[in-house]
Amino acid sequence: MKIEDIKKEFPIFNNKVQNNDLVYLDSANSSQKPLVVVDRIYDFYTKEFSNVGRSVHYLAVAATNLYENTRTSVQKYINAKDKNEIVFTKGATEAINLVASTFGQKYLKEGDEVLLTELEHHSNYVPWHYLRKSKGIKIQFADVNENGEVTLESIEKKITQKTKIIAITHLSNVTGAILPVKEITKLAHSKGIPVLIDGCQSAPHLKLDMQDLDCDFYAISCHKMYGPTGLGILYAKKKWLEELPPYQGGGGMIGEVKKEGITYGDLPNKFEAGTMATAQVIAFNESIKFLNKIGIDNIVKHENELMEYGQELLRKNNSVKLIGNPKNKGAVLSFTIDGIHPHDIATILDEDGVAIRAGHHCCQILHEKLDLVATARASLGVYNTKEDLDQLNLSINKCKKIFE
Amino acid sequence: MNLKELYQEIILDHGKNPRNLRKTDNFNKDAKGHNPLCGDKVHIFLKLNENKKVEDISFEGQGCAISMASASIMTDLIKGKEENEVKEIINDFLEMIKEKDSLNTKLLEEDEKTKLMCLSGVKQYPMRVKCATLSWHTLISAIDKSQNEINIESKEI
Repeated sequence: MKIEDIKKEFPIFNNKVQNNDLVYLDSANSSQKPLVVVDRIYDFYTKEFSNVGRSVHYLAVAATNLYENTRTSVQKYINAKDKNEIVFTKGATEAINLVASTFGQKYLKEGDEVLLTELEHHSNYVPWHYLRKSKGIKIQFADVNENGEVTLESIEKKITQKTKIIAITHLSNVTGAILPVKEITKLAHSKGIPVLIDGCQSAPHLKLDMQDLDCDFYAISCHKMYGPTGLGILYAKKKWLEELPPYQGGGGMIGEVKKEGITYGDLPNKFEAGTMATAQVIAFNESIKFLNKIGIDNIVKHENELMEYGQELLRKNNSVKLIGNPKNKGAVLSFTIDGIHPHDIATILDEDGVAIRAGHHCCQILHEKLDLVATARASLGVYNTKEDLDQLNLSINKCKKIFE
Repeated sequence: MNLKELYQEIILDHGKNPRNLRKTDNFNKDAKGHNPLCGDKVHIFLKLNENKKVEDISFEGQGCAISMASASIMTDLIKGKEENEVKEIINDFLEMIKEKDSLNTKLLEEDEKTKLMCLSGVKQYPMRVKCATLSWHTLISAIDKSQNEINIESKEI
């Protein structure tokens, strides 16, 4: 598939938004959906619907196979060793909550430390915060440097005898910094510490290889990967899924249930209690096919070119200040404009059909560190073009004019 | 939608050069408000005299043009009013932002009402209504001292 044809695959761009062509620059928040994904949901509900993993009738068996096919596709896409290392969740947030809760319950005690970074999204901080209260653990934050990066050294500095798990983002949703997660994992493992990686921003934009990365846990958000909402993935090494206690109890996750006691099901069912987001899981297979059709190498190249083009445009634009300057950067452009609050920027850009996000992007720790109340953020996806960034720049100029 | 209605000259002026952006000496009532969604913060300081008249009102804070302008215009209009008058003006403003087309209070001059009505442009931007109302809710809190910190997200408007 040619990069310039990609936009055509997304029906949302056929419609005007408030009489404007949509310039969608909010993919770090959530991506738009290609028609194949939308159609798959419709087809499943209209022609193939049944619950999975329970009944023996034809539709149930077919649906179960489709559901499991996605698990295999995900396994291949992220190069996990075993398909049972893929657990479906309701989102990346639930994936991290699952690990924090079950790992915390089994392995953490008073005084133990969990090491995060100052770049973390609230969803990779708040679930660990709960353990402060319930278990009396401590949370450490590795420092972010002036470029908006977290280095291997800054992680190393915060590791102590009491560090029991390291939970870090792969790609910052504010500064765009790509963390040296492989090196961090190697370092952590040399000290016997497991690593969880929040892959929300990296999974749609970088090549993933769980076996090469060797991390213990990896959380993915499907709606940021051109897939449906209500779905996330937890990759976890098999030994962890075997050792950790179940997260939620209910149907589908059990072995035998008796009045005297209960045994739990095999992997990954043990962590998939209740009826799952079946249609979304099945449709997500189309997202993976879509990504494979373009090719992750082409995606990386396209988005890097765009990011550099956008950075140059914004750098040349007086009074626009880019937030963070990491050496290794994903397709996120956070910025401020002197004298104009990010919310005013977002409202004015919206008038031209330019959709960006303004605020703290669920990263209050980072914004406090940067001494900023809020930032404006343009984030890119496969469908974006240089014309989109030109329009962003034009609308920023309009914004400056209003506030002159 | 019309950006010109939202960003009127008066709003831009008050947003850029907010009046009463300082801390009142010897204030006897205050309250903090914040909008966790966007990070806007405001701290209102009131000095009421023995007759419950607003001798001085000021604010500190950071926020968008709409929230700064709203706090600026509000503090200008409230000065010199009595506590129950302040409450009436607040209610009138909040009702206007919520549903009414005009301000009904007789406590404000026509030109003062015109100034306040400049904020009515936010009605077309539901996500921005809370920017305009944050300082007003915080003022209620300062007067009543019902809550230490107002979280605008938990307010209906």
